[in-house]
Amino acid sequence: MNQPHMQKPELVCPAGTPAGLRTAVDAGADAVYCGLQGPTNARNFPGLNFTPQELSQSIEYAHEKGAKVLLAVNSFPPAGRTQEWKDSIDTGVQSHADAIIVADIGMAQYMAEHHPDQRLHLSVQAGASSPEAIKFYCREFGVKRVVLPRILTVKEISDLHAEIPCEIEAFIFGNIGMMAEGRCSLSSYATGLSTNMDGVCSPASHIRYENKKDGSLVSKLGDFTIDCFHCGENAGYPTICKGRYDAKTRSGYYAFEEPVSLNLTRLLPDLVQAGVTALKIEGRQRSRAYVKAVVHAFRKAVDACMEGREPEMDTLLALTEGHRETQGAFRTKAWR
Amino acid sequence: MSKSTAELTIGPILFHWPVETKRDFYFKIADEAPVDTVYLGEVICSKRTPFFEPHYEEVVTRLENAGKRVVFSTLAEVTGKLDRKVAQSVAGGAKDFFVEANDVSALWYLDGHPHAIGPFLNVYNEDTLGFLARKGARHVTLPPELPASAIAALGKEAKSLNVSLEVQVYGRIPLALSARCYHARAHGRIKDTCRFVCEEDPDGMDLKTLEGESFLTINGIQTLSWPCLNLMNDMEEMQNAGISAFRLSPHSHDMIQTARLFRAVLDGEMDAQKATAHLKEIALAVPFSNGFYHGREGYKWVDTGVSFLSR
Repeated sequence: MNQPHMQKPELVCPAGTPAGLRTAVDAGADAVYCGLQGPTNARNFPGLNFTPQELSQSIEYAHEKGAKVLLAVNSFPPAGRTQEWKDSIDTGVQSHADAIIVADIGMAQYMAEHHPDQRLHLSVQAGASSPEAIKFYCREFGVKRVVLPRILTVKEISDLHAEIPCEIEAFIFGNIGMMAEGRCSLSSYATGLSTNMDGVCSPASHIRYENKKDGSLVSKLGDFTIDCFHCGENAGYPTICKGRYDAKTRSGYYAFEEPVSLNLTRLLPDLVQAGVTALKIEGRQRSRAYVKAVVHAFRKAVDACMEGREPEMDTLLALTEGHRETQGAFRTKAWR
Repeated sequence: MSKSTAELTIGPILFHWPVETKRDFYFKIADEAPVDTVYLGEVICSKRTPFFEPHYEEVVTRLENAGKRVVFSTLAEVTGKLDRKVAQSVAGGAKDFFVEANDVSALWYLDGHPHAIGPFLNVYNEDTLGFLARKGARHVTLPPELPASAIAALGKEAKSLNVSLEVQVYGRIPLALSARCYHARAHGRIKDTCRFVCEEDPDGMDLKTLEGESFLTINGIQTLSWPCLNLMNDMEEMQNAGISAFRLSPHSHDMIQTARLFRAVLDGEMDAQKATAHLKEIALAVPFSNGFYHGREGYKWVDTGVSFLSR
């Protein structure tokens, strides 16, 4: 059953670089999100992100095409180094970003105090997964939209929507982390670089692939083996929560999650009905070709949904990690 | 050397221990451990909470009669209905007991009542600390991945805010939380049908790499380090930086003796190297780590004069 009153959701797409931003905008993104170079956002990878000047020019480009730009300043500044994060926020505001996305309470407070008129979004990295937590952020800092952790079912999102005073943005496609966002020190445990403070999970500088005598390929993060691939297996990027391990009860199993991609195309109508106003695609680290294909496919899928048609899946399936997709937490509680 | 005014605390039991074990543990802590504060409450899994409910009263009485301060810690991750009910029942009790908030939802229920902030709520910088202090935080236990430099900067700020700071100095290091139960998963189950298999592992379940190297520890929805944090040798520096309380995270081995060793180091009655050697004899049969404090990989032991213990 289609709802005639369903509000058309905003399609929020990743932009790792200025060129990537233009690609996403041209492919039909309603909004793009990006970060400045350095540790102030959660995708601090070499070759990625924007200089202040690039940000300003990119925002101009997006605005001309009718798209919004959301600036992520969503890592956690360690004490003694907060100025760099505040500078990033100021840069975003001065460049006319449509919203600043933060996770840290201190930075949310900075926004509320110094830029009370700037639209503020709460990052997934804040891990606000209950109505009370979200209401707290809304009341204290004037948060206008929460990006929900990828751990809620559609039913739970719907219940949540009824209880909170802000918009909901939900991930619909891309990499899914199993750990509560913003509270995971696994990568820093193995590499010394912190996802929260340095903005990088599984940094490329700490990754190695080793060929074994038996022909298998071992992937390592720091000193630790994360997975071992035999002939015919696609070797994945070594992320701790996607690795295979041995426990006393099971061996060689994905102890946390299998290396699958989130794909909620089939659930789009349900999500919109549940009150989700912005649909987010993960992948600022992805290539322009990938972004173009995904954004284009989702533009069509969202438009199809709004017209009551069945969205096409084939393109998106081919783009998912290891060609395997999951509806993750969204469909049922059984994944827990 | 004069006795230190620094406090020693017992953090909440992170693992799922049988009710009697837990009760006896607290009785023994009350009677024998040289600690000032004991944190009670289930912080990992809301499903575990009903078991110990009938015993809080006697445990609190015993601890308070022994001169220990009792603090109730809230759930670290609050998502579902049961989580919310549990969080509300603990944080909503702030009029009656001192509460440690481990999640932002607890701040909503606390509504400005004086409280503590637990290590699962991200306090990385002065701005966050200042905001929380204005909202009623009186005592804050810092996240375990913070390096010494950030701890020192927070120590300075805390003084002017009249907030006291605590740092975990012993026990496996909390690294991550998930909505999925990894204990259940290891047993081919899901969270709803877990049958509390986590009770089998009083110090968590080892997770090894495919090459057989011990790596992580699973505790229900939580992932911890495999090595055991030991910051005995860094407590003096932390005290000078403004940290006034040190947390021991409970394990199944002799925590009384563990507390005595840490107390002896704080009071200058034993040097950290000697105490660490004693600790090694009674602690979990795993290496010690101190990497996070020294700005390194969390699993690592950075040589601070007791290098013979490195992995």
